[in-house]
Amino acid sequence: MCGIVGLYLKNQALEPQLGKLFEPMLLAMTDRGPDSAGFAIYGDEVQDGWVKLTLQSSAEEYDWKQLMGALEGRLGCSLDWFRNASAAVLKVQTEEAKVREALAELAADVRIMSAGQSIEILKGMGLPADIAERFSLANMKGSHIIGHTRMATESAVTMEGSHPFSTGADLCLVHNGSLSNHSRLRQLLKRQGITFETENDTEVAAGYLTWRLREGDSLKAALDHSLEDLDGFFTFAIGTRNGFAVIRDPIACKPAILAETDDYVAMASEYQALASLPGIDKARVWEPEPATMYIWERTAA
Amino acid sequence: MNKFDLATDSVRELNQALHDQAKELTEREWHVSNPGGKHNLVVGVNEALSIDIDGHAGYYCAGMNQKATVTVHGNVGVGVAENMMSGVVRVKGSASQAAGATAHGGLLVIEGDAGARCGISMKGVDIVVGGSIGHMSCFMAQAGRLVVCGDAGDALGDSLYETRIYVKGTVKSLGSDCIEKEMRAEHLDELKELLHRAGFNEDPASFKRYGSSRQLYNFKVDNASAY
Amino acid sequence: MSDKPTPVLRESATFDRLTIQEIQRAAETGIYDIRGGGTKRKLPHFDDLLLLGASMSRYPLEGYREKCGTDVVLGTRFAKKPIHLKIPVTIAGMSFGALSAQAKEALGRGASIAGTSTTTGDGGMTPEERGQSQTLVYQYLPSRYGMNPDDLRKADAIEIVLGQGAKPGGGGMLLGMKVTERVAGMRTLPIGVDQRSACRHPDWTGPDDLAIKIAEIREITDWEKPIYVKIGASRPYYDVKLAIKAGADVIVLDGMQGGTAATQEVFIEHVGIPILAAIPPAVQALQEMDMHRKVQLIVSGGIRTGADVAKAMAMGADAVAIGTAALIALGDNHPRLDEELKKIGSAAGYYDDWQNGQDPAGITTQNPELSRRLDPVEAGRRLANYLRVLVLEAQTMARACGKSHLHNLDPEDLVALTVEAAAMARVPLAGTNWVPGQGF
Repeated sequence: MCGIVGLYLKNQALEPQLGKLFEPMLLAMTDRGPDSAGFAIYGDEVQDGWVKLTLQSSAEEYDWKQLMGALEGRLGCSLDWFRNASAAVLKVQTEEAKVREALAELAADVRIMSAGQSIEILKGMGLPADIAERFSLANMKGSHIIGHTRMATESAVTMEGSHPFSTGADLCLVHNGSLSNHSRLRQLLKRQGITFETENDTEVAAGYLTWRLREGDSLKAALDHSLEDLDGFFTFAIGTRNGFAVIRDPIACKPAILAETDDYVAMASEYQALASLPGIDKARVWEPEPATMYIWERTAA
Repeated sequence: MNKFDLATDSVRELNQALHDQAKELTEREWHVSNPGGKHNLVVGVNEALSIDIDGHAGYYCAGMNQKATVTVHGNVGVGVAENMMSGVVRVKGSASQAAGATAHGGLLVIEGDAGARCGISMKGVDIVVGGSIGHMSCFMAQAGRLVVCGDAGDALGDSLYETRIYVKGTVKSLGSDCIEKEMRAEHLDELKELLHRAGFNEDPASFKRYGSSRQLYNFKVDNASAY
Repeated sequence: MSDKPTPVLRESATFDRLTIQEIQRAAETGIYDIRGGGTKRKLPHFDDLLLLGASMSRYPLEGYREKCGTDVVLGTRFAKKPIHLKIPVTIAGMSFGALSAQAKEALGRGASIAGTSTTTGDGGMTPEERGQSQTLVYQYLPSRYGMNPDDLRKADAIEIVLGQGAKPGGGGMLLGMKVTERVAGMRTLPIGVDQRSACRHPDWTGPDDLAIKIAEIREITDWEKPIYVKIGASRPYYDVKLAIKAGADVIVLDGMQGGTAATQEVFIEHVGIPILAAIPPAVQALQEMDMHRKVQLIVSGGIRTGADVAKAMAMGADAVAIGTAALIALGDNHPRLDEELKKIGSAAGYYDDWQNGQDPAGITTQNPELSRRLDPVEAGRRLANYLRVLVLEAQTMARACGKSHLHNLDPEDLVALTVEAAAMARVPLAGTNWVPGQGF
């Protein structure tokens, strides 16, 4: 039960302003989700052969420097990193699996929020304004971003239970609604080797997509399958390396609105989250159809 | 003319002023600027005021309207004119889902498209849509008329009671107990009058009529699959 | 004379006579059974709790001299005009349609004498009811039958109904024999249809959208009236939290013993949880959000005696609501109707075919001949008497526990007779300090 926002820039000249354009969109959804908030921003891409991870620690003053030193020694390869509030963004020239293995050994309490070449997921408890300020959202650059404000329904209000949820390399999911068959599905996915950190229904949807993609589905096929296998009410926004996708369940009770201009495509739960965008009064504005996938992606660079 | 700018004035101030105005009635013309998709604009108005909203409105715009004429120069969110009793609400742009939900009377005109569940449980309102409507429209609709100049989505008129539906374009599918019905002279007259009131220049003869086959009005074993 | 003992017929516990009869009925008709009332099976209930009267460690209060307050204020969180009731027992929502106009009027009369509120139902507000109810709560239901802004402004509070204890997740029902000209007119339905109401509201789904809906109703009524949110008990811990987040002033929590005018038997008996099990998680949710006593909690579903009232309040309710008990007080199922009830296949004390509209008491009917039998003044007086007794009984028990106000009753004043009740009510098993599930 939440608010969803997404902004995908078609005009690359706007990329330095992505965070600035997006922040008021996220804040406009405060009433829909006062418990926690988060976003996944895409940009500052690393070269092939490198991987970028977003790490979060529950400790306020975590000693990232010490961890990075140890990691560099353990992996024996080039490493670049910076801290952003309670998170750290790590870029390293090796395979993702090797970094995960090393981090599990060196810092089991540090959580990997995202991994890929472009994605950074930043989220936490509190009002959207607090989260935006904590991570200096307004100063962030990038090509596209999706965000979420959460009104927790059945699972706990925690950083881990906040959206977006990572679903694989450069992929993430945000959700508005409530799934009615997540418990049984979670058991099935666990048997497939998918791990869960929360009791959150959205994490099950994220795990489901991770599983389908791992099984070789295209994103479109995975989402088509989700319409068959997920029961309940949902509007999903999915971030990909090159863009984003939107899909609603066949009943489509949870709101969603899309807007497109020559400069951008924007998505939100309510129009008021779009009202601050430049040129919105001339945009094409419409609602996504039920059980229909909408996807915007630039051709891979 | 009374002017409200929602960039500085609050929705609460606007609605309170409208409710107070209804008692005194010194100013019939109202103008609202910078609505910015805000919710619950001009709800519960109870007097024959004329209100223009210059931009997009959020949920429940003109909810429970009585007597007032409200024009939205933009799009509206969920449940525009929900439970309207009388008056006219005109949306120059498009409407989100549940437009005119449970409305008892008056006229709702949507010049663009309307989303899912348009006219859900409507109870006597007349709704005229210039564009197309989404799925499950007129679900359990009880009375009144819905006119659609474009197309209708899935499950039109599911579990319909006595609402009459006129659609010019295609209907993706009909819901339970909804059937196409013969367009007789009285229906052409009724439709002509509705289109005229809504300001649409369409030929009534190009529309088809849909209504309830009244098979689900009482519990019957033959209908078990529909329950 | 044979030595053989007389053979004893053994009834199957699994296929008992009722079960066999239901299978036979289903095979005959091909459709589920619909009836009125609440669940009939035995459930853990307030009877499984006992109050700990004072003796040496606590001092009791004198019955006729020392005060035991009973008043309650509902809707103090946001409403400009909260509701002040003299007693913490309210009348639950029951529709005109399900009940006769005379019954609705009688409820209003009885409640007003006793200083409490009545509630409309799924069918709009009647002048009889508004006229006779000093304090009237107007229900806002998925169907919105008869909903209009004039009545909204006439109401003293507005109750947004998400569900009821008899059928959480299900919509209302009114069978054709009760959809008379007047009922149909108020609901804008064809006369005689088997009316099935929607289970979800038409223009919002979920707490994020409910927050906007509540704001709309507040705007329409200029933030004067308390907004209640009524929940059928199934996941009360989450639902109460979400109702608070959505902006409710008052939460009405209806347990599965709560009655209904007409619903599938299987729904009544198998969906939802008993009120005993629903109150502790609801109160926990209120406390975790620091909203206990700030957002008031009204509980209902099987309240019959002053002991039930006292125990519900001890568990953390601010007030209770009665439905079935109020109808019995008006005259439903009265022994003098036994013969007439037998003619329609029931008997006094068993009658639950409220869906059929043949109630000889003139309460759950729209038949003018039958409903004329109920004298609203006399029936109202009976209800007022009954309400008075409920409060006197609750006060008696509260005083015995040393409380100068009913709302000072506390879970610590309670023990349970059964392990089940102890676990559900989260109070110790009598004579022990063991609360199952919470260790020692």
